[in-house]
Amino acid sequence: MSKSTFAYVTFIHATPEQVWSALTTPEFMRQYWFDMHCESDWKKGSSWKLVFPDGRIADMGEIVESDPPRRLTIKWRNQWKEELKAEGYSLCTFTLEVVPDNAKPVVKLTVVHSIESEGSKLIEAVSGGWPRILSNLKSLLETGEIIMPASGHN
Amino acid sequence: MNKSDLLFKALADPSRRKLLDRLYANDGQTLSELCEHLDMTRQSVTQHLDLLEASNLVTTLRRGREKLHMLNPVPLQDVYERWLAKFEKPRLKALHDLKRRLEGADT
Repeated sequence: MSKSTFAYVTFIHATPEQVWSALTTPEFMRQYWFDMHCESDWKKGSSWKLVFPDGRIADMGEIVESDPPRRLTIKWRNQWKEELKAEGYSLCTFTLEVVPDNAKPVVKLTVVHSIESEGSKLIEAVSGGWPRILSNLKSLLETGEIIMPASGHN
Repeated sequence: MNKSDLLFKALADPSRRKLLDRLYANDGQTLSELCEHLDMTRQSVTQHLDLLEASNLVTTLRRGREKLHMLNPVPLQDVYERWLAKFEKPRLKALHDLKRRLEGADT
């Protein structure tokens, strides 16, 4: 591929509204996102930022697309590491699909994070985090607790 | 078959693990690209990919007419948390180091 892309998929026993709320509520986010949280009003064209536990800004950008509870696209640029900031904007899309024919609601959550350059260090950096974040999110929504606490992040 | 049975079944086959290795080395390949250097028929690669997709280890994205296969590490993370992280890591590491030293090879 001429660009760097990663895709992550997880199936969560929850309603799309619950998953959407988990993706957009700062207090809830902290529990599965290594104590980090996002700030935005989640409307198209609005600003977006991802904030470290100590208040520093990790990444920032803009909401490109917001169709609750189905699709959310964020224009995403690193802020804390020069090398990654220099790569410019990446695109991160969350897609929520209801899996049909299940007694209890199941959502297929797909996260696609890409940037228009080959061998991106930004995509490499976030690719280490997403599996753990999504695994935590699934566990938190399904059981009310996470297995890997924030201290497990390195 | 439930999700974790399917996951372990998918991982229990050397051809499917090879496909995962190939995607790890170069993510986002078409069926034809995956078939290129493999000693498997296109039909069996397709079958393996179907099972990998059913187990959620592989997901597909469309790019125009092409279907790209992407490695999805999330189920492996779930396995890691379920089966590895909760066991004492220092002791596992000590055993791993001992095994490496005794066997004198990179395991």
